[in-house]
Amino acid sequence: MSSTATIHTLDNGLTLIVEPMRDVRSAAFSFLVPAGSVHDPEGRNGTAAILSDLILRGAGSLDSRQLTATLDNLGLQRSESVGVKHLGFSGATVADRLPQALAVYGDILREPHLPADQFDAVREGLEMTLRAMQDEPRQQLMVELRRRCFPSPWGTPTYGQLEQLPDISSTGVGDHYRRLVRPNGAILGVAGGVDPDEILSVVEEAFGGWGEVPETESVDGDHVPVVEHIAHDSTQTHIGIAYDAVPYRHEDYYTAWAAVGVLSGGMSARLFTEVRERRGLCYSISAVLNSLPHHARVLAYAGTTAERAQETLDVTLSEIQRLAEGIEPSELERCQARAKSALIMEQESTISRAGSVARDWFHLGRVTTLDEVRGKIESLTVDTVLEYIHAHPARDFTVVTIGPEPLEVSGGIS
Amino acid sequence: MEFHETTLENGLTVIAELNPAAQSVATGIFVRTGSRDETEDVSGVSHFLEHMAFKGNDVYTADDVNRIFDELGANYNASTSEEVTQFYAAILPEYLPTVIEMLSTLLYPSLRQDDFEMEKKVILEEIGMYDDQPTFTAYEQVMQAHFPTHPLGRKILGTNDSVSALTAESMRQYHADHYRTGNMVLAVTGRANWDDVCGLVDEHCGDFPEGRIERDTSVPPVGGQTEVVQRPSSLQQHVMQLAPAPAADHRLRYAAELLGVIVGDYSSSRLYWELVDPGHAESADLAYNDYDGTGTWLTYLGCRPETVAENLERIRSVYRQVNREGVSSTELEQAQNRIASAIVLRSERPMGRLGALGINWVYLGRYRSVQDDLDTVAGITVDDIAQLLAEYPLDGVSTATVGPLTSL
Repeated sequence: MSSTATIHTLDNGLTLIVEPMRDVRSAAFSFLVPAGSVHDPEGRNGTAAILSDLILRGAGSLDSRQLTATLDNLGLQRSESVGVKHLGFSGATVADRLPQALAVYGDILREPHLPADQFDAVREGLEMTLRAMQDEPRQQLMVELRRRCFPSPWGTPTYGQLEQLPDISSTGVGDHYRRLVRPNGAILGVAGGVDPDEILSVVEEAFGGWGEVPETESVDGDHVPVVEHIAHDSTQTHIGIAYDAVPYRHEDYYTAWAAVGVLSGGMSARLFTEVRERRGLCYSISAVLNSLPHHARVLAYAGTTAERAQETLDVTLSEIQRLAEGIEPSELERCQARAKSALIMEQESTISRAGSVARDWFHLGRVTTLDEVRGKIESLTVDTVLEYIHAHPARDFTVVTIGPEPLEVSGGIS
Repeated sequence: MEFHETTLENGLTVIAELNPAAQSVATGIFVRTGSRDETEDVSGVSHFLEHMAFKGNDVYTADDVNRIFDELGANYNASTSEEVTQFYAAILPEYLPTVIEMLSTLLYPSLRQDDFEMEKKVILEEIGMYDDQPTFTAYEQVMQAHFPTHPLGRKILGTNDSVSALTAESMRQYHADHYRTGNMVLAVTGRANWDDVCGLVDEHCGDFPEGRIERDTSVPPVGGQTEVVQRPSSLQQHVMQLAPAPAADHRLRYAAELLGVIVGDYSSSRLYWELVDPGHAESADLAYNDYDGTGTWLTYLGCRPETVAENLERIRSVYRQVNREGVSSTELEQAQNRIASAIVLRSERPMGRLGALGINWVYLGRYRSVQDDLDTVAGITVDDIAQLLAEYPLDGVSTATVGPLTSL
């Protein structure tokens, strides 16, 4: 299970990580470009989101339709995402077509047309996306929770804010591109049935002459936990709870992960058992560990009809706090079993591996081997997990609710 | 990749597509039952039963069931559609014996009264959750508008009223009628030994009750109605339309999949370039859905309320042109490349392959390999598409809308 990833950093700073995989016909890539929403100019949140659409509307010698046709003909299953730190471009296809697809992405990132005459259409499309998100309270809740639980600018909504869209201009998006879409700090992860030497030469050809741009660092703002209700005439009350945890790069990350796993790592985990199975309070309940480079939060969600919402919030908060009273060895063993099985199954997915190696490089500056992760998972004990829980107690909750009526948060805020 | 098939003495069909190079194994039981098989007085019972499956039997409690699956590190779940209820898990190969035993436990739960009452609350919350998703509401409403006199038009989850009124006794009866070997197939994909599979299913599934309940697959009359769900505080308007399309066993069903991609995929389709790329609509999609005996073209439009009329006219104009002129060979080839690549990627993982294997068997009663699917997709011609359009033109016959508008 040891990783065979080869890593190569081009002279301009672009890092390429290639992990060849046996017994697969496909190959996948994950390209992380450090131009996410955290870099949106003040008062112009949505700039990165507009860029992620506009950048695909023609590049190099191809116009928008030709570019799309070229990628479709390569059978590329592609997706674009706007993250807090990165714009993400990922894709997968049969392995022998991947080099051609990477060459096209060279044009997209280095020579996009960013057509000014299509700017209004893209901004209008984004505005409608944000309006549709407001019509779905669960989606809206997670945006509002992230915004309040991370110090600024790390909670900046990735898809922007309706009231700021009118102030974004075509020129501003062009500036964002020139300032942030750059090789230094960009990461390209590739995994699947590929030859690393061939991929390296394709990448050198496509990205080798791409010039560096100096980096700018943002300064973190303050953060205080809040309790807030947003009125909505929804059927359910949507409840979001956030509290501090340690990020992926921290030495205690896996113990933090296990603590969340005991809460929400499967249908036998505590939140599902206590809130849904024993009390029938909700259909959907979960908690995940969400890590940015230097900040991490546990983000919990529950959706329930208004008259049962207070009880749902109370039980969920009490289960989170009850972790500190102890955990059973069997609870930890189930977390370990899930993690080990997931690690092995990840080796069947080129898309997952490409994403993992790129993410590892961003957070750690290296690629963890599957053996190493397995070792960390196996070495967890009830004592180490409890030590973590006591050293990082669940408190100072940020609680955001969307629904017909506000709720009371008891004992959560210190 | 090798295919195996056997039928147990009790009539249970077992199929497997085994791959010694895989890291994992996936297995599932596909039961040919869903909301279309319900009568109005038990609307929602198929889906409710899927939840009750996890409540255990005389040997295992509900806690045991969840605990054991989690102890295996299984990636497991269940789902219910109009026509199929499926239970499935992907695990490491050494856990196949336990997971087959657990799947057999899921299929024949005790259906205890107190579990039933508790789970009813969860189902009512699930209905509430979907109520807050306008596209889901629009889908339920358009199915009702299109199939007003047919059970396909009923909600998979049932309604607050039908679920509240449901009794454990009526659920037990429905279960006894539908959970019979003639209505199901057990499928395995990935790394496993066929003899082991046969031994395990014999041990754990050999006592499943025999029998088969027939489904009425006659073509239901099309409603052609318009349903309006007004939500004054919504910002966007969501519109769905349905029109007749080929049934699941139709020889042109793959042509229909391709036409859906060419005309209505979310990126680089005709609707995308006419409505989404220029910023007229947030979404404008066409999808092909197939059922036993019938099928639908499903159009979805999401846009500002004030532009619904002009956008519906744009969609009609695209459909008129396609119905009249068909598609170009360039468009077809582009769609064939996309679908072929999607099939290869999905089939690479045992869990990705399981659904296609099981569902094909439920609808066609025979095996189709990945290569069969690839060959069929590659063999479709523009003439096939023309034939398809002559028989099933693109249209929006029945309509539902959710948003601020009071009428369309």
